[in-house]
Amino acid sequence: MLRLYGKIFKTGVLTEIVHRPSRATLAHDASVEQAGEALKEIVDCRFRGSLAIRQVDAGSCNGCELEIHALNNVYYDVERYGVHFVASPRHADILMVTGPVSRHMQAALQRTYEATPNPKWVIAVGDCGVCGGEFGLSYASCGAVSNVIPVDLAIPGCPPTPLALLQGLLSLCGRF
Amino acid sequence: MSETSVEKPAGACPEIRDLMIGRVDRLEGLYAGFDRAGIEISPQAPSPLPPAEVIEIKSSDWGRAAAAGREQNWRWAGVWAEDRGYDLMVNACLENHGIYAILRTHLACDHTQLPSHAPHYWAADRPERHIQDLLGICFDGHPDPRRWTRHQAWDEGAYPLRKDFPAAGSPTDTSPPDRDYPFLKAQGASVYEIPVGPVHAGIIEPGHFRFQAIGETVLNLEERLGYVHKGIEKIAEGRDPTGLALLAGRVSGDSTVGHAWAACMAMERAAGLEIPARAAHIRALLAERERVINHLWDLGALCNDVGFAFGYYQFGRLREQWLRENQSHFGHRLLMDRIVPGGVSVDVTASAVQGMRKSIAALRSELDELLTILDANSSLEDRFLGTGILPTELASALGALGFVGRASGQTFDVRKDAPYAPYDRLRVRVPTETQGDVSSRFWVRYKELRIALRLLGELLDGLPDGEVVASWLLPHEGAEGFAAVEGWRGEILCFVRFGAHNVIRRYWTRDPSVVNWPALEKLVLGNIVPDFPVCNKSVNGSYSGHDL
Ligand code: SF4
Repeated sequence: MLRLYGKIFKTGVLTEIVHRPSRATLAHDASVEQAGEALKEIVDCRFRGSLAIRQVDAGSCNGCELEIHALNNVYYDVERYGVHFVASPRHADILMVTGPVSRHMQAALQRTYEATPNPKWVIAVGDCGVCGGEFGLSYASCGAVSNVIPVDLAIPGCPPTPLALLQGLLSLCGRF
Repeated sequence: MSETSVEKPAGACPEIRDLMIGRVDRLEGLYAGFDRAGIEISPQAPSPLPPAEVIEIKSSDWGRAAAAGREQNWRWAGVWAEDRGYDLMVNACLENHGIYAILRTHLACDHTQLPSHAPHYWAADRPERHIQDLLGICFDGHPDPRRWTRHQAWDEGAYPLRKDFPAAGSPTDTSPPDRDYPFLKAQGASVYEIPVGPVHAGIIEPGHFRFQAIGETVLNLEERLGYVHKGIEKIAEGRDPTGLALLAGRVSGDSTVGHAWAACMAMERAAGLEIPARAAHIRALLAERERVINHLWDLGALCNDVGFAFGYYQFGRLREQWLRENQSHFGHRLLMDRIVPGGVSVDVTASAVQGMRKSIAALRSELDELLTILDANSSLEDRFLGTGILPTELASALGALGFVGRASGQTFDVRKDAPYAPYDRLRVRVPTETQGDVSSRFWVRYKELRIALRLLGELLDGLPDGEVVASWLLPHEGAEGFAAVEGWRGEILCFVRFGAHNVIRRYWTRDPSVVNWPALEKLVLGNIVPDFPVCNKSVNGSYSGHDL
């Protein structure tokens, strides 16, 4: 046990100040950290301190999921902004959808969308979610998420980096 | 049987000669088995798919050939079929000690019955159903007539991999859910059923699990996959080599290096292209880095699944450091699109070599430290030991691959048994355990991670100079290539055939998950439902790589 605590102590706090994003990705000229603070403020007052995201893989190659997971690692620690991933769409404010929507997942995605209480927002993540990516439309794929459910924000990238995901989230919440 | 004798090599250096004699003996054993079963064979010489052997047989002998292969202890590795317009060509891949033998037969387009391999090889069950769904070939004697890859996205009786089926299909507005799939029913007092998915509770790929349980104990588990079927095999057709490499790198996001390497190797073999030595080295560097990153992730996730958050955060921290290093040295965190036909798209600078050497040493000492902590933690042991046991015999019967196979005593590793450059010059150690439980799979990963670090060191030491990509050679029409690569999950197989003008006519790839998914159904039996997540994670099958 002592070793374990020693290791924790030695590792220290790694969560970092996120670097200033380019103007293109964020409408305003504040650093992401400031935007993070702003987001936290919005989350605190509009979402009672917590913004809940339900992630849905509707046909991705799993690359996008890996980077979404990374948002929870000690470097990004998205929970510090009051943002967390939940297990049920019924608990969610935001659906974060990846992949071209496979036809086999079409109904499941629609049902997940319907199960999410209003008001709700949908973020399409990754080139696949945004436009169908490398897979496009086919007998087995519906392509972009917006072909199946309404989308409020698109975060392109293959996969988008955790930083891009974070910036996307901030820009969506900054709208309200 | 007269035309089947194989000449023994002479004059080669002793080690290679031993290997080749072993190869000849094993193949002769297989041929003799076929002979005893009264199967007429014609081995193709020279093989159109080197280093694999291709053996033509009659379609009526298809089932008995599998029986003979089983008898000779050949592992069943995969099956694929191809609509050539005038006939359907079916291939099945058997493997023994690194020798790949591909059985090949032909069917008329309107006569689509073929004896099944599934009664002889458990692993053939789902792949044959996949072919039935996509190509309309019926496997006689198959124990399970249910659909597999086909849910409701396309019409019954329409087969997407037939050439006359357009890639766009003729989809309806909404594909109905597959609600009538005949799952096994639970009956009896106190037996209940738990349906899970396709949308799972975490950040994870979709699939459906149907449990029958009594109390907390799992009586039966049935997997229903195919939810992320995107039509990869079909949309590959018509692409050029660069386009195929992009697609192959997205078969499974965590195995982008493995799948892209397999596809490029198959295409290069079809085109008769030798890649530069430096390119091969860099490919291996990328592949071993992919292994390291995924093993770190899995070790962390396994800790997380049993509530040991310390492990989750520590391994996640190390993984993130390596991801960032990928970004700075190779320009992509997950290493997508770094492998291209003919070589690689990135070179390694001297400073990157220095940087990687440092991070290898740093990770080693971190792992040493973590090992002591993990080892001393009885709560981990309590959840891992004896959970989700896959017995050695079952793993061997299934042909389980990668860390799943190795944790149950299977020693096969393409890098060691059928080495390709640059592994043919390296000594690849393959760690095994025999207990077959979650703990074994955890420790096999840990050991593979250490071995990958050693290999990375050797690869950096021996990095040759020269070009990193060779210019592409136009393959002739009909040229075909086969490749086997050891991805981080295990053996990845790939077959490619070119049409005219550098265009892909058929792309088939087999992720190790295809073989390992059924193992999960077995190893979870008798365990408690709450241990399912950790059992599942310890196998960590790819959904996307399976569903294609
Ligand atoms: S955007 Fe890229 S990483 Fe994300 S699912 Fe599509 S192919 Fe995979």
